[in-house]
This record gives sequence, C-alpha cells and structure tokens, in this order.
Amino acid sequence: MRLLKLIPETPSFNFASKRVAAFVFSAFLIVASIGSFAVNGLNLGIDFLGGILIEAETNGPADVTSMRRQLGGLGLGDVSIQEFGDDNTVLIKVQRQEGSAEAQQAAVTLVKETLATQVAEYRRTELVGPTVGAELQEAALWAVLSAVGAILIYIWFRFEWQFGIGAVIALSHDVITTIGLFALLGLEFNLATVAAILTIAGYSINDTVVVYDRIRENMRKFKVMDFIELYNLSINQTLSRTVITSVTTLLALLALFVFGGEVIRGFSIALIWGVIIGTYSSIALAGPILTYMEPNRGTDEEEYPGSKKDDASA
Amino acid sequence: MLNFPLWKKTLVGIVCLLSVLYAVPNFMPTGTFAGVPSWLPGKTVNLGLDLQGGAHLLFKVETEQVLKERMENVVAEMRVTLRQERLRYSGLGVRNNSAMVTLRDASQSDRFRELIREIDNRLLIDEVSEGSFALSLSEQDLKAEVDNAVAQSIEVIRRRIDEDGTKEPVIQRQGEDRILVQVPGAEDTEEVKRKVGKTAKMTFQMVDVRNSLSDAIAGRVPPGSVLLPSIEEDENGNPVQMYLVEKRVRVSGEHLTGASSSFDQANRPAVSFQFDAVGGRKFGKVTTENVGFPFAIVLDGKVISAPEIQSPIVGGSGIITGNFTVAETNELSLLLRAGALPAPLIILEERSVGPGLGQDSIDAGTVASVIGLIGVIIFMAASYGLFGLLANVALIFNISLIIAALSTLQATLTLPGIAGIVLTIGMAVDANVLIFERIREEFKSGQKIGTAIEAGYKRALTTIVDSNLTTLIAAILLFAFGAGPIKGFAVTLSIGILTSMFTAIMVTRFLVVTWYTKKKPKTLPI
Repeated sequence: MRLLKLIPETPSFNFASKRVAAFVFSAFLIVASIGSFAVNGLNLGIDFLGGILIEAETNGPADVTSMRRQLGGLGLGDVSIQEFGDDNTVLIKVQRQEGSAEAQQAAVTLVKETLATQVAEYRRTELVGPTVGAELQEAALWAVLSAVGAILIYIWFRFEWQFGIGAVIALSHDVITTIGLFALLGLEFNLATVAAILTIAGYSINDTVVVYDRIRENMRKFKVMDFIELYNLSINQTLSRTVITSVTTLLALLALFVFGGEVIRGFSIALIWGVIIGTYSSIALAGPILTYMEPNRGTDEEEYPGSKKDDASA
Repeated sequence: MLNFPLWKKTLVGIVCLLSVLYAVPNFMPTGTFAGVPSWLPGKTVNLGLDLQGGAHLLFKVETEQVLKERMENVVAEMRVTLRQERLRYSGLGVRNNSAMVTLRDASQSDRFRELIREIDNRLLIDEVSEGSFALSLSEQDLKAEVDNAVAQSIEVIRRRIDEDGTKEPVIQRQGEDRILVQVPGAEDTEEVKRKVGKTAKMTFQMVDVRNSLSDAIAGRVPPGSVLLPSIEEDENGNPVQMYLVEKRVRVSGEHLTGASSSFDQANRPAVSFQFDAVGGRKFGKVTTENVGFPFAIVLDGKVISAPEIQSPIVGGSGIITGNFTVAETNELSLLLRAGALPAPLIILEERSVGPGLGQDSIDAGTVASVIGLIGVIIFMAASYGLFGLLANVALIFNISLIIAALSTLQATLTLPGIAGIVLTIGMAVDANVLIFERIREEFKSGQKIGTAIEAGYKRALTTIVDSNLTTLIAAILLFAFGAGPIKGFAVTLSIGILTSMFTAIMVTRFLVVTWYTKKKPKTLPI
C-alpha cells in the first residue's frame, strides 16, 4: 500500500554514536553564526532602521545604471537600486533622511519625480520614520524574548527541568543559526524575518516536544534500559514521523519559495532553513543533551511515577 | 472497542458542511451574495492593503503645536484684559506650555487672579515669586486638549479623503497622538498624502502698506506685522515674492461654509467661497473700510494672492484667484470645505501598494497554495496509502475551515497571511502523521487493528496537543507584538493550528472508523 518509504519500517540508526560529532557541528554553526554576525552585522531593513523603499515597474527593461546615476545626484545619501524579480522591476532603497519627517516625504516625492519618465507604475512605497523604526525594533525583541520565555514555561510545566534545558538549547541554536544565515548571506532582516524566527521557534519546539514525549514515555516503560540506548530508541521510533512532517512542511514552503513572489522570498528562505535546522536540532541536540543530565525515572517498584513527583525528587 | 458516537459524527458532519458553505462565497463572482443577511454565508475574506492595493499611513498629530497655540491665545486675551483693567505688567509670554507674566504692582495679585478666572477658569495659577505668575493647564485638561485635537483631526481627515463616503477608509486613533489612515484601492497615494498633509488654515489679513517691505526683508519687521512668502514657487523651490502682512487675522477660515472650484472673469481657474453670517459680516466690514488697499489670502502661512479690494464685498461670498491649475483649485476647494486641521500632521510610517502588485501577490499566493497543497497530497497518499487519502480529505476540510473562519471573523488576509496558510498546509498533516505512525507501531506490536487504531489516536493525542500549543504560543505572541501584515500571518497560523487539530483528529477519525466498520479489515493499509 505504501508507495514511498523514506524511512525503513523499523529504523535502528545509531544516533547515540554520532552525538559528539553533532555537538561539534552545532558548536561550529553557532560560532560561525556569531562570527558572521560580528563581522557582517545584520542587513537591517527599513522596518527597523527607518528609510524609504520603493518598488517600481519600468517602461521596458530597467536601466539600473542610469537610474543609479540620476538618483545618486539627488543628495539623498545612500541610495541602492536593484532588479527585483524580473528586469522590468526595480527596488529602490533610500537611507533615512536626516532632519524632520517632511524631509522623508520630500525624498519620496523627489525620487518619484526624478524617475517619472521611466516608471510605469509605483508598485510599492514604504517609508518608516526613525520613531516607528525604533518602536518596531523594540516590539520585535519583545516578541522573540516573550515567545521563547512562554514556550519554556510551557515545557517546564509539562516536563521535568532537564527537558526544559534541552529545549532551550535546541531552540536557541535554531534561532542563532537563522540569524547567522541572514548575516552570512546579507539577506534583509525585517519584520517578516522576525515572524519567520518566531515560527521557527514554534516549529523547532514542536519537533522537540514530539521526541521528548517519546523519551518520557519510554522512561516509564523501560526502567532499567541504559539512557543512551533509550534515547536512541526514542529517536528511531519517532524518526519516520519527524522526516515525513519535515518533508510535507518543506514541500509547502518550497512552493511558497518558488511561486510565492519576490516580496516574501526572504521569508520563505528563513522558514525553509528553520524547518531543516529545527528537525536536525531535535534529533541531534535536544535528545542527546538529556544523556548528560539524565532525568529521574523513579525506581523499578514504582509503576508510572507522576512527573510532578519526579520534579520534586530531581 | 473502536467507536465514534453518532453525536460526534453529526457534529463533525455539520462543522464540515458549514465550513464549506461559509468558504464558498470567496470563490463566487463578487456581488453574488449581495443582500444576504450577515449571519448567513456570503461574507468573503477581507483582503489586506498589501493584496488589494491601497495606502497605509500613520500620522502623528503635532499636539505640542495645539498646546502652544492654546497658551498663545491665553496670552493674547490677557494682554487685552490687563490693558483694559490697567494692570501694568512685564514679561508676558509663553514658555514650556505656561503663560508667564509679572505684575508691576504685586498688590494687584488678587485682582489678577479674578481676571484670569474670567478668561478661563481651568487655568492653574502658580505664583512663582511675588507678583510673578505661571499659568498652565492641569494634566487632565492638557489631555482633553490633545484628545480633542486628535478627534477633530480624524473628522477633518475623513472629510478630506472620503468626502462622498464611498471609499471605506480606516481612520482610527492609535495611542496618545497618532492616527492610522488606511485607504483601500487608492490609485495615487501621493494624492492622499497631499490631501491629508496640509493643515489648510486659511486666513484673510490686510497687507501692511504703511511699512516698507524691503526693510522687513532686510530683517526689520515691524511689530504687529509678519513677513510671509508667496505660495507660488519658482523652479528652484523659492517663493516668487514676499509679503509684509498684518498679524491680525481679519476673517479666519472657520467661517467658511462652502468652497468650490470655478473660473474668474478671465476664465482662469479659481476657487469661489461662501462665509457664514458672522464671517460674511466681518468680511463685509473689512472690505468696506479698506477699499483700495490689498488684502492677503493666507493658507498655512503662505500667501495665495493679495488682491486690491475694488469695492466692498458684502454678500458673504468671494473668489480666490491665483496662478492655479484646475486640479489645484479642486484640491484647494476640497481642503477648504473639509476644514482646517487643528495641528499639522507628520507622516511616521507609510506603506502603500499599487493595485498591480496586490493582484500579483494574490495570484502568486494562490499558485503557491495550490502547488503546495498538491505536493503534500501526493506525498501523503504515497506515504500512507488509503490513510493518506483520508488525511488529505481532512486537509481539504482544514483549508475550507480556515477560509470560512477568516470570512466569518472578517479577519484581514495579507500576503504573509497566505504564507501562513501555505505553512499550515505543510504542518497540518503532522497530527495525522503522529497518529498513523502510532497506529502502525501499535499494530506491529501485536494489537488487533481496531485496538491499534484506538490506541494510536489516544496515545498521539497528548503529543499533538503539546506540540501544537507551543506553536500556538509563538503565533499569539506574534499577533500581540507584530505590526501590519505580520499580524495577518499570526492570524492565519493560529486559526490554522486550531482547525488542523480538529480536522486531523476528528475528521480523520470519523473517516477511519467509518472505513473500519464497513470493511472489517484484517491488515493495516499503512
């Protein structure tokens, strides 16, 4: 009946043997992320920095060089022009103008007037003032911190503390490497990216929870099994699910990436990366971390000890 | 034993049926359901500005200006009153939203207090030192002034951008002194900004002909007069002319009752206006007393024109000529009709999308959703056979539920919102994957099919709830902190999580149980 088997019927991969290698790999990813963040910084979009973004459809193929020259002479500071999607569309970014709010407005008008003869339609105009930019930065930071905090509280409430720590490490790993990817590739970091990071956080925890649920269940079932063996078993038992769900999610996201249009391409990239790294971290990080701070399983005499009781003794 | 009570079956059936009914209007030509009562299916999804095109503008009302003007009026009245009552004073002026004054004779303080109460009994009188006063408004009154200015601005904006009431703009206050304006389908955002961006304070003032204009330009502006630029500018953006105008406002724009674009005798575009009774009387008086002298028509501190008064104008109506185009007279007359803003508005944020990009985004989003859906459906069928097909049925009902929920709640669908739906398509099957994997495991461990299915649903449930709740937490916080289109993503993601839990658990269970009781299978088809 099954046409497709990505994962053998009863997988028995030895994940435990690779756990150190995975730690090293993850540590490398994190160091690389922090390094590229420190060196390149983030390519913050106008959502956070303030500034002007104009998407314009030109009459015929856009002459980016000439446009660059025209706009460069306006004295508006940093102006970037690039083709966007096809060669009839350009994306113009102008840095935040110093001075009053009117200066921003005036810059928009000036750019539009300068290019009036070449442009068929202004498809999109975004202008963010410095006040709003700073507010959005703050809101984004709060959103990420409170989401991570709330997820942690939930995990802590549902599992023993060791799981909480494992989940935090896996989650932070995913968030940090996503930010690192944006720093490395110089992709624009904007509000949509923050939304993507929160979604990645949700997805990553989602995956981790499935693995943890199984580890907890096996802990109750197999009182004496070596914990490393138990962890390996749990990962193998949930492997089919982990892979299939990742594939369906990736299929949907790939469709979004390819067909969803230029505007949300960066958003799709972040999500695709997030699903891959989230899947990896739940298998290779969240689980193995537990082997270093083994949660209490209760004693053999005790049948199905409540997690609360475990908490108290831990 | 595996069972699914009739009431649950009925419930699932009804929910699915309703979801289809409420989702369908979105796929019908617009207008099909016009006139249908609002509780019946017929509502369609509310498209965000990024999908239907339109202008999103966040303004700040310069309330400091309002408060400053408020105190300047107090100072002006004090000057008149103190002179009338022969109280000698010095240092009269506005500093930090307080009106300051020092009496020459400190023994007149009591009389002074009485007079101030007559002017405005809400003023707080603070005697800084003997005979020296600072007048200010209480926190509460300051807030009332701000509230009032914001409310008034909202009214004026509405009249300006939606004079005929057909555009359905969103105009709402945000926070202390901000106003959010969203105009769907605005073809020209620049026009919207021009309409809203002008304070449009119009005044009629006499031109100061007793003093020398060139002296004033050289920096010696006589007290009681002010130097104003012409509204007309040369190609470098400099005013073509300067005017020396008396500070005293003879008639203000508040008295205008109507304005429309017209033409003067020479057939040049002009704006004709009408005053109310008070304004007409004032205007009549001024023009009668000043025949032969020029008066200036001033808009937001710039002189539109300064014609000479040919003869008294007593009818309460007149005509403004300038170097106008017809488009400009149309705009000016609209601004005058709508009234002046109590304070200038500053654009803090603008996000506008042209109709072309909006439609492209809808098309791209639809294609991505359909292709994503097809990909997931094929993959699920290939991975789980019959059960995969059942999960696919649930997935389709899930999408139908999301669209129905968006339509009924009248939530706004944005481009990131569509992305949220696509993501949900990919993630929604997770619950089924969890259940099916569990069933397979239970079956392999030697259980009978019925028991395995039962156990699969039961055991997977806590995992499904745990994993979905964590994503839901992230989505809700995103909604709380997110701005604009991103909120749309949080909305569809949250709705998607909730509906997928229903369809993946209840709908597939309905289908699986029905299949099981009909076929009594001996082997598990997954």
